[in-house]
Amino acid sequence: MDKTTVLGKNRSGIDISPIDIKEMMALAKVTPASSSGDEQAIAQMRQEYIAGADVLGSVPLPSTLKGMASTAMEKLMGKSPEGFIDKLGCRLAFERTGVRLYDALITKCSAAPMGAHIPLDRLHEFRNEEFQHFKLVENVIRSIGADPTAQTPSADVDGVISLGLIQVLTDPRTSVAHCLEAMLTAELADNDGWRMLIMLAEKMGMEDMARDFQQALREEDEHLVSIRQWFKEMVIKDTVGT
Amino acid sequence: MALNLFEDKGCPLDRQRFTWKELVQPPISKLDDDAFTRVRVILMNGMEMEAIRFSHGCARMNRKWQLPLAQLRIVEQHQATMINGLLGADHSILETTIAYEQVAIEVTAAVAQNEPDEYLAQVYRFGMLEDFDHLYRYSAMLDRLEGKDANNILQCYTDIVPGRPTIVEHRAPQDNLREHYDRLRAAPITKLHALTIMSSEQQTQNFYLNVAPLYADPVVRQLYTEIASIEEQHVTQYESIIDPKETWLEKWLLHEANEVYNYYSCVQQETNPRIKAIWERCLDYELGHLQVAMNMFKQYERRDPAEILPGDLPEPIKFESQREFVRRILNQEVDLRALGTQFVNKSQEGVESQQYRQHLNASGSPTDMVAAGYEWFAGTELARDGEITREKYTRGHKITH
Repeated sequence: MDKTTVLGKNRSGIDISPIDIKEMMALAKVTPASSSGDEQAIAQMRQEYIAGADVLGSVPLPSTLKGMASTAMEKLMGKSPEGFIDKLGCRLAFERTGVRLYDALITKCSAAPMGAHIPLDRLHEFRNEEFQHFKLVENVIRSIGADPTAQTPSADVDGVISLGLIQVLTDPRTSVAHCLEAMLTAELADNDGWRMLIMLAEKMGMEDMARDFQQALREEDEHLVSIRQWFKEMVIKDTVGT
Repeated sequence: MALNLFEDKGCPLDRQRFTWKELVQPPISKLDDDAFTRVRVILMNGMEMEAIRFSHGCARMNRKWQLPLAQLRIVEQHQATMINGLLGADHSILETTIAYEQVAIEVTAAVAQNEPDEYLAQVYRFGMLEDFDHLYRYSAMLDRLEGKDANNILQCYTDIVPGRPTIVEHRAPQDNLREHYDRLRAAPITKLHALTIMSSEQQTQNFYLNVAPLYADPVVRQLYTEIASIEEQHVTQYESIIDPKETWLEKWLLHEANEVYNYYSCVQQETNPRIKAIWERCLDYELGHLQVAMNMFKQYERRDPAEILPGDLPEPIKFESQREFVRRILNQEVDLRALGTQFVNKSQEGVESQQYRQHLNASGSPTDMVAAGYEWFAGTELARDGEITREKYTRGHKITH
């Protein structure tokens, strides 16, 4: 198992420069700020911009609404299909990114001594399940006459959230444990995302769809339990050595 | 022993080659490497960016030199890539920005003290105090946006307090131009200083222009926008101190010599052996570039490069904390303003600059706003606010025992 934490010459704190820090602190203490107020000024400006802000973008109009018939879409009529399509698009994007996150994790573990004692075959399984989930949502979106290639606003937001995860998983200097922590963040969000989608499908009266999603959630539950367990074991071993 | 520009010929241009893997090397450690290693990385990327920019400008105006310029420029391009890639992606953009300002403060302060021309030394001190203020503003932003301490990057080498307030740094264009050195009389080190600081500032201006839209927060975007505007003024200031009567080939020669000088300074002081090897390689390559430029100078201008360049390189730029100097200048010169090419007390500032910034600041200044009431504290301002809680906890702890 790789060692996540090593003792060394970390220079970022103040203890590395006991004399200089005294001088810095002393000067800062006697030098007043050049403008009065506090961080509320930032909040105020943000609020002004929020008040005048546009939206990130829109949910594309499903072809059903443009005239094409769809049984599933009929059930959505009278409700708010755009909210549901937005969340479907979000799940699709997250699962598709999930495949790439697992690709990076598999590479990281494969490069670690003894695969960091993470069963690679299980990671491959998880990766393939993320892919299946992506295909499932893709088919569902198509079945209601929407476009699975479009990026919905929630998908866009999830993409921004995932940027940090991708950075951690692909940085050659991060450890397997660092990457497992990133994956845990992803799986926690993924897990909740599926629960949300199942609830929405049920409320929309789409029981078949909700059943398919339940199966995906069961697999996601396994991902979450395993990633959480591996991460915990690795941190404990790194901290207390057993 | 000092390097001799005429005797040390470096690596011939036709042997200067890279692989993609060499161009993307492991970055420095944000946490463990010395802050001055990062300072050198940023500074040298600035030198390479200027080499590319100058070379393109020269090529657009001189058809007959386009081939040799292109041959050198692609090497400069690859050196720039190799060096800029040494910054790790665990730096947030604002953390990198803090490092950019550290470069501007520490390198300009070192240059100001070593500059033999008193007027130009004053120009450097004037610009330095403005960058010093930018560091304070960005530190406040880093603290209040990401909850991080700028000193994690600065490593106690550089103070974080207000300088000449950015809000009063905005000037009418005529107050950003300076007198230039005389190419026939100026000391070689004067020319190298001017190129070094101009290159560094232009890199900073470009960086701020490029990264501002990467932030979602309009507050951060405004902050970069305001400070980028000052960096534009700084580039205007520093390019105006260079004699415009220098010929294209004279400038080319000086650019190559300046890269040699800066890499030489890096080699002398680098503490990370892996990075030192990169500086040594680049130094060797730049000496090769200088040979090409010297031959061009002899061929086309029929002049001896020794008219322009010193044999032995001057003393390297000192990469070390200039705290005492910066504090002294802050104390003595914070109230200086520019009037035309001269520096005056703020009471004598021209009406054009005042009117110019009155309009810009009409709805407030982002730099003032982000740093409203901000006093830097080790561990962020939240750590200072928590001091009372900690004292309470400690007192309670003692009582219990």
